[in-house]
Amino acid sequence: MVLFGVGLGSIGLGVFATLLLGGRLRSVAVATLGSLGCVLTFLSALDVLRSGRATSFSTSQILPLMGVRFNLDPLGAFFVAMVSFLGVAVLVYDVGYAHQVGRGRVAPCLLLIFIASLIAVPSASSVATFMFLWECMALSSMLLIVVEQRHRLEARSAAQWYGVITQLGAASILFGLLLLAMKGGQTFGDIRSHASTLSPGLRSVAFLATLIGFSSKAGAVPFHVWLPRAHPEAASPVSALMSGVMVAMGVYGVLRVGGDLLAGGALWWWLVVLALGALSAFYGALHATTSTDLKRLLAYSTIDMLGLVLVGVGSAGALRATGQAGMAQLALTGALMLLLAHAAFKGGLFLGAGAIERATGTRDLDQLGGLIDRLPITATFFGLSALSIMAVPALSGFSSEWLLLQGMLHGFVDTNTATLIGLLTGVTVLALTGGLTAVAFVKVLGVGLLGQARSPGAASAHEVPRSMRWAMGLVALPSLAFGVVPGLIVPLVHRAVLVAQPSTGTGLRSGAGLALARLHGAIEPLALLGGFLGVVVLVWTIRAWHHQRAPRSVDAWRGGGEEPSARMQYTATSFGEPLQRVFADVLRPEIDVEVTHEVESRYYEQAISYESRVNDVFERHGYLPVLKYLTLYGRRVRRLQNGSVHRYLAFGFIALLVALVVLA
Amino acid sequence: MTPLHVSAWYALAASLLQVVLVVLGGPLLLGLMAKLRARAEGRVGAPIRQPLRDIRKLLGKERLRPKHSSAVLALAPYVVLGATTVAVIISPLVTTHPLLRDSADLFVVVYLLLTGSVAMALAGLDTGTAFGGMGSSRAMTVGALAEPALLVSVIALSIQAKTSNLPGIVASTLAHPALASTPTRFLALVALGIVVIAETGRLPVDNPSTHLELTMIHEAMTLEYAGSDLGLVTLGAAMRLGLLVALLVNLFFPWGIASTASIPLLGVAALVLALKASFFAVALSLIEVHSAKLRLFRVPELLAAGFVFSVLAVITGLATR
Repeated sequence: MVLFGVGLGSIGLGVFATLLLGGRLRSVAVATLGSLGCVLTFLSALDVLRSGRATSFSTSQILPLMGVRFNLDPLGAFFVAMVSFLGVAVLVYDVGYAHQVGRGRVAPCLLLIFIASLIAVPSASSVATFMFLWECMALSSMLLIVVEQRHRLEARSAAQWYGVITQLGAASILFGLLLLAMKGGQTFGDIRSHASTLSPGLRSVAFLATLIGFSSKAGAVPFHVWLPRAHPEAASPVSALMSGVMVAMGVYGVLRVGGDLLAGGALWWWLVVLALGALSAFYGALHATTSTDLKRLLAYSTIDMLGLVLVGVGSAGALRATGQAGMAQLALTGALMLLLAHAAFKGGLFLGAGAIERATGTRDLDQLGGLIDRLPITATFFGLSALSIMAVPALSGFSSEWLLLQGMLHGFVDTNTATLIGLLTGVTVLALTGGLTAVAFVKVLGVGLLGQARSPGAASAHEVPRSMRWAMGLVALPSLAFGVVPGLIVPLVHRAVLVAQPSTGTGLRSGAGLALARLHGAIEPLALLGGFLGVVVLVWTIRAWHHQRAPRSVDAWRGGGEEPSARMQYTATSFGEPLQRVFADVLRPEIDVEVTHEVESRYYEQAISYESRVNDVFERHGYLPVLKYLTLYGRRVRRLQNGSVHRYLAFGFIALLVALVVLA
Repeated sequence: MTPLHVSAWYALAASLLQVVLVVLGGPLLLGLMAKLRARAEGRVGAPIRQPLRDIRKLLGKERLRPKHSSAVLALAPYVVLGATTVAVIISPLVTTHPLLRDSADLFVVVYLLLTGSVAMALAGLDTGTAFGGMGSSRAMTVGALAEPALLVSVIALSIQAKTSNLPGIVASTLAHPALASTPTRFLALVALGIVVIAETGRLPVDNPSTHLELTMIHEAMTLEYAGSDLGLVTLGAAMRLGLLVALLVNLFFPWGIASTASIPLLGVAALVLALKASFFAVALSLIEVHSAKLRLFRVPELLAAGFVFSVLAVITGLATR
């Protein structure tokens, strides 16, 4: 705990440094103190994960009345490690990124507060401490969206949407936690020991209330509408943190309350979680295939991935409730591995998107192209993360999804009908989203990085500063490591699983690959990768020996037409159009085609304009009507207020009378 | 699974035999199907070994690269070959004890094939021509819609065999022959059959012998390959077909596969596999002769039917557990 405290202290010093220092010195101080702090908290989390022993700290000094309580157990440490790792990368990245913007002191200060609160949230062990830190996290991230671009309407609207949803979510969490804390006390230890004495109805209400709050943070449909707005508007280091690890806090909350504090609970709780996850995964993956704004696409992909994690968490809970502890453990290990892998590759993708935006001035895929020649290093790391999210074997996405699938697959063997239907939905969604994710990211790589530049910005792009490249390299490492030797990471993840899903045995044999202990199933990514590289090198060598001459450069096939130009390429819009058409019932695209005819004859067209938009169905048919009604109501209420003091006094008097009558 | 101890040499020999079989067998299957189609249409047709000759000729040609292409175009054929070969090595085609038998998971094979598709789709977009992008978009759309049917029928088979390990599934069918005639198997077979047609770009999903760019799927994607590189791409596609057909027949009708470690048995197994694959090819070309290419936006309906079959396979599998 000392190490953890010193780490947080170091980040705190960084916050002061942003306020005192200026210029180049400030950015150096932020990066050094911040990443030092992250490294220390990472080490302390790793220590907890390796030993499996929690460490705690509490004082009655800092927060008034309630005091502060920290307890870093393996479940929390897993999340702390995840945040700290990405935190280091983001801070390193920010050196080059901020240098180019030349920004003030507020943004780095908020960034450090954001990272510190992200690190501290999973270690909080009382309702007051948790909610305080949760609010720090929410507010600092909300301010980070607007701080650099308060004049942009989109940024302000994004911050508003995010702010409202996150505050409603926080209220819901607070309500749920207070219900639990009513009887015993507000520390997590008290809640844990008194949870069994509460009535089942009360426990269910508390779980559902916290679930609403936590799943809104995890971007679950229908609470997802803030993600596609907030992630594109925030600066890239911030969106990397928000999308990589802040959404994971939602999963942490569900596991902490449902798995740990309430010790499992009823079957239907977890089926609800599973259904939420399945809906989010499908909806997010579908939108990702049709989005053309790079960061918006990544935001939808986050909804998809977190949906899959929730499917895993839900199936684990359901399996546990039906007495299949072993399978539950496998599924949860898979879900947490996926969450960890997601933090790394989505962090990498957002950092890469930031680099692309910096280099080209746009994040519209329809304006990009040909970046692999101009930004080779960015393109390589970005490509690695994208391949990882597509679940290419021997990269992190595949290993974790495989584990998740095994848990669900073997859970089918003996369980009741409700769980069966849940698991069946889960695996079907996993299968559906796999293909859609591949389409979305082939589009990103193929249209964004390959081909020819579609705009002057993309044509004149230059490689980004060194610190940004280093940071992207750092976050690309886990994608490789978790993919090639997943077996080395699993024991650490498993310690976290044990807190939320207590059971004996690991369900997995030890080794570099993954192998189920009592069941038949294993993968050895290292051997597969070796075989693959062996074949490639062999074919390569034979051909190099056979063809001594270098390849000759020739014209591309133009189908007998004129010289191909960059405008003739497929764009992201056209790439995703077939799927948009296939799933038109879900996506409800709006397409406007306007044809201007020649004056002489209407058989000749002068110009055709084509516009297609895919709106968020939930936003359009769920949120906007409610907002419209609220605005209308607000206008009506405003009629009461005409600024006359007499009228206000009369209102006060009437209200007092009504209150007296009611009380009497 | 039988705790049979086999030497690494046997496994190596068997896996090498599998690679040779698929490298030669894939193109021969293509030739066989073309021949049958020609005969059905009243033509003589090219000899069955014609695709092999074509590939050999192409491989000997000069290497050509279109302008504005990056390393992705050059590397994609290697990725396809590498991923497909690894899948061939670990799959139980002639023996239930190939190399890396423990990692021979159905999901690994599925995702190795997906890796190949992704590599080709990226190569299609690499030169920045209209046809390449069109082919990639269509191929990925068809692939994405075939993926659920593929994975869910794989899951149906795995639930029945209680493992997703490929040799494990094959061995469990050998041990319990009754499994092969359950409704689950039939439904999954139909679903996987549709998937194989879609994934290998055969009629009615894609017409491999079309010459009009606007109707192409796979051919449009590989339009920029010429000379020796085209040879690699064609070989990769043929191997993919060979692997999928061989896997399909072995998953549903595994008899003839060598389940004990004896070298002569491997030869028998190779012959039986060739026979089984030829039967399947005959069936496939009968479908091709009697069907026209579907409109692109009718293909999702076919694939959705495959998906429904696969879900039914899972449900019947769970009901008769």
